[in-house]
Amino acid sequence: MDEYLGMNTPGIKALTGSLSRITAVFVKELIQMRRDRMTFAMMLAIPVLQLVLFGYAINNDPKHLPTAVHVEERTPIVRSLLTALETSEYYDLVFETADPRESARLLARGDVSFVVSIPVGFTERLVRGERPQLLIEADASDPAASSNAVARAEEIVNRALRHDLKGALDHLAPVAGPVEVIIHSRYNPEAITQYNIVPGLLGVILTMTLVMITAIAMTREAERGTMENLLAMPARPHEVMIGKIAPYIGVGGVQTVIILIAARFLFDVPFTGALWLLLAGVVLFLIANLALGFTFSTIAKSQMQAMQLTFFFFLPSILLSGFMFPYRGMPAWAQVVGEALPLTHFLRIVRGVMLKGAGYADVQNAFLAIAIFTVVVGIIAMTRYKRTLD
Amino acid sequence: MSPSAPTNLAIDVRGLVKRFDDKVAVDGVDIQLPQGQVWGFLGPNGSGKTTTIRMICGLLRPSAGEGRCLGFDILKDSARIKRATGYMTQKFSFWGDLTIRENLDFVARLYQMPNRRRSVDETLDTLGLTHRQHQVAGALSGGWKQRLALAAVTMHQPRLLLLDEPTAGVDPQARRDFWDEIHRLSTAGLTVLVSTHYMDEAERCDRIVYLANGKLITQGQVADIIAESGLITFRAKGPGVRELAEVLRHQPGVDHAAYFGAALHISGPERRALQRAVAGADGENVTWEEVEPSLEDAFIALMARAGSDKRDHG
Repeated sequence: MDEYLGMNTPGIKALTGSLSRITAVFVKELIQMRRDRMTFAMMLAIPVLQLVLFGYAINNDPKHLPTAVHVEERTPIVRSLLTALETSEYYDLVFETADPRESARLLARGDVSFVVSIPVGFTERLVRGERPQLLIEADASDPAASSNAVARAEEIVNRALRHDLKGALDHLAPVAGPVEVIIHSRYNPEAITQYNIVPGLLGVILTMTLVMITAIAMTREAERGTMENLLAMPARPHEVMIGKIAPYIGVGGVQTVIILIAARFLFDVPFTGALWLLLAGVVLFLIANLALGFTFSTIAKSQMQAMQLTFFFFLPSILLSGFMFPYRGMPAWAQVVGEALPLTHFLRIVRGVMLKGAGYADVQNAFLAIAIFTVVVGIIAMTRYKRTLD
Repeated sequence: MSPSAPTNLAIDVRGLVKRFDDKVAVDGVDIQLPQGQVWGFLGPNGSGKTTTIRMICGLLRPSAGEGRCLGFDILKDSARIKRATGYMTQKFSFWGDLTIRENLDFVARLYQMPNRRRSVDETLDTLGLTHRQHQVAGALSGGWKQRLALAAVTMHQPRLLLLDEPTAGVDPQARRDFWDEIHRLSTAGLTVLVSTHYMDEAERCDRIVYLANGKLITQGQVADIIAESGLITFRAKGPGVRELAEVLRHQPGVDHAAYFGAALHISGPERRALQRAVAGADGENVTWEEVEPSLEDAFIALMARAGSDKRDHG
């Protein structure tokens, strides 16, 4: 036994030596990790953020979708139909319109996801067993958001009527449903996912690349020591900021052209609205992202931290903006967060203009929201940008 | 032209203090630098030289104190100070991924120089870099980087030059060239404040300001500072004198023993004590003689008198 151990002493020595060197590196890494507070915070914050977003905010079966009703007659049966839609939890009847043009506008602006139309004589034809038509127009620009509600529509309507069609009217109790539910999928009738995803990608790609690129461009100056030189020369903060981000507006422009060409020729995404309106939206959105990147660069102390901040912003942007998952499916708090993100509003502009042929009036709120975001972020950047090395 | 007249002072700051959190980096520094002179700014690492220079040119806000730089208030007028000052940072801070010409062009644009192209051409010509103007600045050697930086910070014809250890890590020939350039600029009317570690460079300055532990220890001409220190120095030459240093360092009356220039130097405030120490260390073929103390000896003596670093680092 002794002999056995003795023979292995050099081996054990080599092992403990190696172990002590591993420990040395391990301890050094631990210390450095603790010193880099930002990285440490990110390592803890990102999993928490992902858990909250994926666990609570994302819902692939969106309910309570805003719905406009256009009812041309009021009878007990119509009323119980509407009640059934409401109690199904899929449809929230938030508007009642008298004018079909008004309903169409609500749908185009994205204020409602559905318009339910019940024509004059609906009840009479129902009683006569003529299977009247009930029209549901759905905003299918985001197919995932509306598909479940649409799929349940016929069942909800007919089950409600089965309840009412009793007694004298029992013989009418349906074999096939007493009402023919007609679904009009608007804007993307074939529910082609690319129609929704590709315009959205325009926003996602611009957010990711531009925020990161500006955040890094500025921290690079600090990291390489050229910031001190820049500060010693007569350049004002806004001059540096504008000069720094202007080249990237060009970069964003090139990206936009590439994505729009791909959308048209590779994915056959329709373009129904005005190009100028989309481009105006793109420019505003570019500026918002560049201003945000610049703000990150005034917070981050290294290029690494700038990357982390970008990722930290990118995650909710992609998950809560309605890009990946239906915006209307998210709980209220997540929608509030979503409203604060420029990507959410840009998606409304780009999908509205490309798929729905929206005009300026339809998307002006989105424009306003991005403009406010830009101003707020710009002010933060200006106050944080230091004229001195303090 | 009385040097004390405020209008003739390029730098006139009083009681400058800079605190970073709890740490005091600069503690009540006064500098009155007349126009047209070259002043050396000396002191050990971390003595507050860079911080003081940064406060003068408006890169840092003083925690206390006030003053003027080229007649402009250092607290309120930093934009105007920046226009009239050339500041060369300790670390090369021009853009390594831009070419030499592009760097100069950038600076010329920032200062809105008229005839930008011609100024850049002339600067390149003076530097002798015309044939290399399209090389990226990052590929230059240390000495050339410093010359490029000096050219870039003087291109807008500032009235005051602040140079922060411009010759650190530069070879002797390049250092000499660099100093020739500084003297040429000074003759042309520029005021220069240059920080350095090199004692031989201090002797190229009209006047020296010595900073230690954030405090101004002394200022004046080289000879005055040596005289002020009241030091006596003995020099030993001969075989094996280097080994004597350890012994002599601990003798009473010896403040400082150092071997340089192939000779051992010992210094102290009293001649008699030094003579006693020397007498005990007389070896074969070792010859002792009294010599003029060096600036380095003087500073070390002054430092010892000023005491250790009393700044609060808590």
